[in-house]
Amino acid sequence: MPLEIYLNVAASGLLTGLVYGLMALGLSVIFGVVRVVNFAHGEMMTVAMYLALVLFTALRLDPLVLLVPIAAALFVFGYLLQSAIINPFINRPEHSQFMLLVAIAIILVNAQLIVFGPDAQGVTTGYTYDSFQLGPVIVDAVRVYAAGAALVVTAALFSFFRFTLTGKAIRACADNYDGARVVGLDVKRLYALTFGLGAACVGAAGTMLILVGDVTPAIGPAYTLLAFVIVITGGLGSMPGALLGGLLIGVTEALGGVLFVPSAKSMFAFGLLVLVLLFRPQGILGRKAH
Amino acid sequence: MKRRQFNQALAAAGTLAALSPFGIVRAQPKTLRVGVLLPRSGVQAGIGQDCHRGVEVGMKVLAELGLPGLDIMNGDTESNVDVARSRAERLIAEGAQLLVGAFDSGQSTAIAQVAEQRGIPFVINIAAAPPITEQGYKFVFRNFPTAPMILRDAFANQLEVFAAAGAAPKSAVFMHVNDTFGVAMQKGFTAVMSKFTMPYTVAGPIAYDPAARDLSVEVAKARATGAEALIMVSRLNDAILITRELVKQRWNPMAVLSMGPGWYEDQYLRTLGKLSDGPLSFVPWYDPNKKLSKVLEAAHAKAFPDINLNTNHIYTFEALLVAADAFKRAGSADPKALAEAIRATDIKDNVSTGPGIQFDPKGQNDKLRNSAIQNRGGKLVAVAPKEAANAKPELPMRPYSKR
Repeated sequence: MPLEIYLNVAASGLLTGLVYGLMALGLSVIFGVVRVVNFAHGEMMTVAMYLALVLFTALRLDPLVLLVPIAAALFVFGYLLQSAIINPFINRPEHSQFMLLVAIAIILVNAQLIVFGPDAQGVTTGYTYDSFQLGPVIVDAVRVYAAGAALVVTAALFSFFRFTLTGKAIRACADNYDGARVVGLDVKRLYALTFGLGAACVGAAGTMLILVGDVTPAIGPAYTLLAFVIVITGGLGSMPGALLGGLLIGVTEALGGVLFVPSAKSMFAFGLLVLVLLFRPQGILGRKAH
Repeated sequence: MKRRQFNQALAAAGTLAALSPFGIVRAQPKTLRVGVLLPRSGVQAGIGQDCHRGVEVGMKVLAELGLPGLDIMNGDTESNVDVARSRAERLIAEGAQLLVGAFDSGQSTAIAQVAEQRGIPFVINIAAAPPITEQGYKFVFRNFPTAPMILRDAFANQLEVFAAAGAAPKSAVFMHVNDTFGVAMQKGFTAVMSKFTMPYTVAGPIAYDPAARDLSVEVAKARATGAEALIMVSRLNDAILITRELVKQRWNPMAVLSMGPGWYEDQYLRTLGKLSDGPLSFVPWYDPNKKLSKVLEAAHAKAFPDINLNTNHIYTFEALLVAADAFKRAGSADPKALAEAIRATDIKDNVSTGPGIQFDPKGQNDKLRNSAIQNRGGKLVAVAPKEAANAKPELPMRPYSKR
């Protein structure tokens, strides 16, 4: 098989992996700070995808333009969800949190089915079918734009946590819950803010993914599973780990499909996960639990 | 009334009742309770909903034909084999006297097992896996070609298309969806092809996940073979994904030869617009020249003006036609009588391509023939076999970059 096919596929996997990484980043941020595992993560992403679809269909607004408004809308959704529903469950047993978030996921899927029906729907922009030719490598233009946007959002999030007072306060909550309360931080508000930020990440990722593929209510759980595979591979709670996990899973699936059987490409992602769990249970960039 | 008059009247009434041909004992049910099992949610939801359109339009056409009424009981298989089995059980428990369904081979297999165990006739609308009618079942009937029949006619019709168009690919790559139907087709592909003198060599097969979100890798792998044509066994969503990748990866095969659903379906045509033109589908279809086809086309166009009549509608309608026809001849809703009546079916005035509807001892309509159809400007035309065609094939396909 010619070398160009490996380059083509690796480039495609890398670019898609960046968007997956952004999606998983939201899950990692939420878990890293709030210590709640968001089992409705993929379903929240389909909410963003449908928002982009509706706004594109009704107002002909390009998803790239919609990235910030939809991320903001998902931020508000996440903030309210955490403040009103999830917060009372913070100190409850993990199985209660699990049931709550699974229930939210089921509600979201069924609401989408009622409103949008079961058919796959997507957007077709002026550049949907564009591609760039770099020597023998043909790169999908949409994936390039989506990956670029994912990098920008990720950089913004990293900067927020590193350089702003609120970001530092959130990190303080993650590092030492009691200490944060002792110094007077409003932990509940910071948790809601964090959940909102995680939801904004997934909102941005969803807005980009509607450019790459169609949306159906049924894909939510598959994306939740994918996000888990990525963050566990990269390290649960680690932001750079989520991005690295996304890249690794994207490239592994792509190359696995070319080298072996395409129908079994997901197997390679799970294979990687098993290897990581065996040899580095905390994930590639995760910290060991004390 | 005097006592003598009363006794005379009573005797007269009794005599009349005894001689009457309309006694209660002889009453026949007016309607047959038909459980229609379709994947109306889940991965195959779009196709299940499409099949249901065949039920809606079919009921009106059956009434026009003067056939007895069917009382439809809907069951959603949720695109899941286990759910299909449990829904079949439930419909029978709720009084279904005959089952119809279920689009998918895996789900139809599960329903066939239930129908056979419970002794309820099951008329399969769409399912191509051969084993379903190879089990010696007495209550299972299929008015749909098996995978080998689809393949046999696909190759025969391809040769006819190539001859009519004066062009043929020298090489092809075979891609298929990795589900029950796709694997059955893949297994039969090489064996059936060897019986024909095809103008091309075949690379592959390249199997892919039916729930795949992205098929860029699969298309890149197919493109790397340098094949002139793409042979497909797919579903709807994957057909759309693959076409998008063909455009993005700047691959312009001279022909897309599909041996399954997807490429001719309305959502494919609507989603891709002018990019949907050109693929040839070798599928169970209808003969547009038949009388009943025109009736069904008109009824369908009236009910769903924006949706083309397709395989899902045709074969779901014909499954109901088989049920209503058998019910009429059996004069009873007794399952055994219905099964015997279905076995003796001989419908010549039908819709699907071929001589009509008859079942062999295994319960399979082995007289069915497939057609070759081509997408043209959002519409579908039949291009082979010649006797069931309404247009000539156009080959090679116009390159995607020049549309």
